[in-house]
Amino acid sequence: MFEMPSGAEIQSIISTLRAGAGYFIPEIYLSALFMVLIILDLVLRGRKNRILASATIIGLLGSLYFIFQQHGLPDTEIFFGMYALDRFGIFFKYFFVLTGVLAVVISIEDEQLNGQDAGVGEYYALVVAMVIGMMMMASSTDLLMMFLAMELVGLSAYVLTGYLKNDKRSSEAALKYLVYGAVSSGMLLYGFSLIYGLTAQTNITKISMELIQHGYDPLVMILATLLVMAGLGYKMGAVPFHFWSPDVYEGAPTPITAYLSTGSKAAGFALLMRIFFVAVPHVSEGVEDMLSIDWLTIMMIIAAASMIYGNVVAIWQKNVKRLLAYSSIAHAGYLLLGIITMDKIGTQAVLVYLSGYLLMNIGAFYVIVTISNKTGSENLDDYKGLGKKMPLAGAALTVFLISLVGLPPTFGFVGKLMIFSALIAKGDLFMWLALIGILTSVISLYYYMFIPLNMFLREADKDNQAEVRTGMIPNIVTAVLMILTLYFGLFFQPIADFAGYSASMLGAVLN
Amino acid sequence: MEMFTSIGLNHFLTISAILFSLGMFAVMTRKNAIVILMGVELILNAANINFLTFSKYNGGMIGVMFSLFVIVLAAAEAAVALAIVINIFKTFKTVDVSSVDTMKE
Repeated sequence: MFEMPSGAEIQSIISTLRAGAGYFIPEIYLSALFMVLIILDLVLRGRKNRILASATIIGLLGSLYFIFQQHGLPDTEIFFGMYALDRFGIFFKYFFVLTGVLAVVISIEDEQLNGQDAGVGEYYALVVAMVIGMMMMASSTDLLMMFLAMELVGLSAYVLTGYLKNDKRSSEAALKYLVYGAVSSGMLLYGFSLIYGLTAQTNITKISMELIQHGYDPLVMILATLLVMAGLGYKMGAVPFHFWSPDVYEGAPTPITAYLSTGSKAAGFALLMRIFFVAVPHVSEGVEDMLSIDWLTIMMIIAAASMIYGNVVAIWQKNVKRLLAYSSIAHAGYLLLGIITMDKIGTQAVLVYLSGYLLMNIGAFYVIVTISNKTGSENLDDYKGLGKKMPLAGAALTVFLISLVGLPPTFGFVGKLMIFSALIAKGDLFMWLALIGILTSVISLYYYMFIPLNMFLREADKDNQAEVRTGMIPNIVTAVLMILTLYFGLFFQPIADFAGYSASMLGAVLN
Repeated sequence: MEMFTSIGLNHFLTISAILFSLGMFAVMTRKNAIVILMGVELILNAANINFLTFSKYNGGMIGVMFSLFVIVLAAAEAAVALAIVINIFKTFKTVDVSSVDTMKE
């Protein structure tokens, strides 16, 4: 079954690996950064939180240079078909590095996190580890690599969620995240094993060829589909795999909530797009029999359920972080709409939507952190009258929420418009999905606008009308994020162009 | 009789399916966090049996490689999981997941 390779074969393996490493520089650089951060944490004494954070930001921004260098390289598969370098992957590399930077920016402000006696320790190193994992999720082309990357993201995220060791809610969130995460990754793995059994391949391009050439047993394929969707749906936070998200989002440190709800979710979508567009695109055509439940139908149901459930349940939420958790379930539904169109416009729309979601979601969480630093609360009732006390924070939060609803002139509007127009261009059944999307957006207007309503139109219970002072840096960051959200709402062409350019995947046929 | 005397692909797959179901059953019904994690291990090992079986009957070493990686990952996951469970025990004085439920709608 297995023979010892000869010397010449070993030489050729080594040279392939060496050639592959040239296409893997951003990830290698970030792994080095991960280790440097751990050593820095050990070497430094005293107040080191700020130093570690600045080192992380500088290091992450440095990786943008190496990613930029990859633009000139041709699309290739490296490491024996384990990993791909293509425009789709490069887009997500930029995306995840920026998410990581913004997560660190929020972490610097969060007093709850920095107030810990033991210091932040490996916190920033784990944030970098998550960036590496998410990059690898977006670029891997092999089931094994996909699973490893997902676990790298997952394991780092479990620890980060429970980082406030003495806080009951944080520990509880970590346990819930861990249990759901471990089960869903187990299900994903079982699904992968069935796909491997059907095709005898683990590379997604080869799986696709094998399925076309030799056909497949529909029953086994449905089972594998459901199991894989369970694993990915957990990462994306889509109904019915969303049970963890409200509790985890509420309990986790706020920077990590922001990070999970954008980074980890986007990584789930990137992975889903790779599997769905490359490995099983023809499977979605469906076999004409009773059991013709295929990938496309399942994703349509999940998308519709996520939009309806997320938006409706959010109406009753009293905690802002919990409210944004339900809203992020709804956003998973909108993003899935873009994927099920299965064409170039839809993919471009998803990428634009994700960029917008990055700005507005992280912006909203940033404002929540600055507010909870001053008031010590995340309850909706405690937001009453805050608009007068913290005018900039109030205005910025309103902009981010308008963007989350998807009203012009914000970035969120552009993303939603592109997704809905991609759907309507497909016609028929997709039209109904677009209709559900538009109607649920109207519902979302109600609960999002409840926050500005409390902030500006209702008076605080206490007679404390003094203006609350926030620091210089939080004000600047808030203003920059707000202006960017508005700016890209009006001048979205560069991002839309880059997303269109990036909507090309190795081995996938999109038209 | 043939079916019972010679062990083939289906026997392995049945074992793995049973193991997977037992794991899911443990995860869904048990309240103790440690037992839930044991259920997760059963699920991972069910997948491992699948990989090894398919590797044996499909030929090639991919499945064996896959299950080797999964074994290592399962160990890493168990380490992180137990650390979190110990922390839960310190803060809540219990590892019963139904009583670790302070956040409500």
